Amino acid sequence: MHPFLESLVAALILIGAFFLLVGALGLARLPDMMRRLHGPTKATTLGIGALLIASMVYFAAVRGSFSIHELLITLFLFLTAPVSAHMLAKAHILRAQAERDRLPATGTATGWATLDSGHPKGE
Amino acid sequence: MRARLLPHPLLTLLIAFVFVLLMNEVTPGVVVLGLILGLGIPLLTAPFWPGRPRLKAPLTIAAYALLVTWDIVVSNIEVAKLILFRRGDSLRTRYVCVPLELHTPEAIALLAGTITMTPGTVSADLSADGKALLVHCLDTGDAEATVAAIKARYESRLKRIFE
Repeated sequence: MHPFLESLVAALILIGAFFLLVGALGLARLPDMMRRLHGPTKATTLGIGALLIASMVYFAAVRGSFSIHELLITLFLFLTAPVSAHMLAKAHILRAQAERDRLPATGTATGWATLDSGHPKGE
Repeated sequence: MRARLLPHPLLTLLIAFVFVLLMNEVTPGVVVLGLILGLGIPLLTAPFWPGRPRLKAPLTIAAYALLVTWDIVVSNIEVAKLILFRRGDSLRTRYVCVPLELHTPEAIALLAGTITMTPGTVSADLSADGKALLVHCLDTGDAEATVAAIKARYESRLKRIFE
């Protein structure tokens, strides 16, 4: 393997590990539930992205064949990360009274979907 | 006839494409099997797709994907800085409410996903009538500027793609 490719793979793995560590740190250090959501949803996507690119470069160089599994992993990750974050946020809003008091008004005729079924009261 | 046999042409192509990616090789057999799955699955699941999003500007999607990818990289670095160099309780965290001009459910879902993946924001809830989005900002000085940025950068582009 060419030294340049080797150092590229090494750098990508280090970058990936760094962002994964920061994501985990954010989860541990930030003070409340909603702020903690920011660490794992963002810092980790770039971390895993960098690791997957490293894997693609490595196998392209070693086997000489282009591997596309990694692209698919990235795609699935980008599809699932926002959905799970959204569900966690909704569950938190539903459970925590203090969080509900902090929500701004919707500016429309109905409330937020977690707390309001969208039908007028009494139906 | 065409609508009955091929209820969702885009989904057919997408399933075939993802299947080829999953098998990690491009051979005639894999492509044919992918196409068979791509034809069969939309036929079986057609009742679950009452409305199909129409794409007005398909090429804009590629530009949008590139823009979002770039923003994901930038947002990761920004959030990493906030986590590493700021004390948690010094962050100006707050909710903002983004009024939506989009009506297509798929477009709203895409917007919510984009917001979660990009700088310091997580989409937390949708208003019951689907006309406003609740967004949680990790650190923002100016809530109105954040809302304006989301609307100009993402919503206007999605509106061009879907509506």
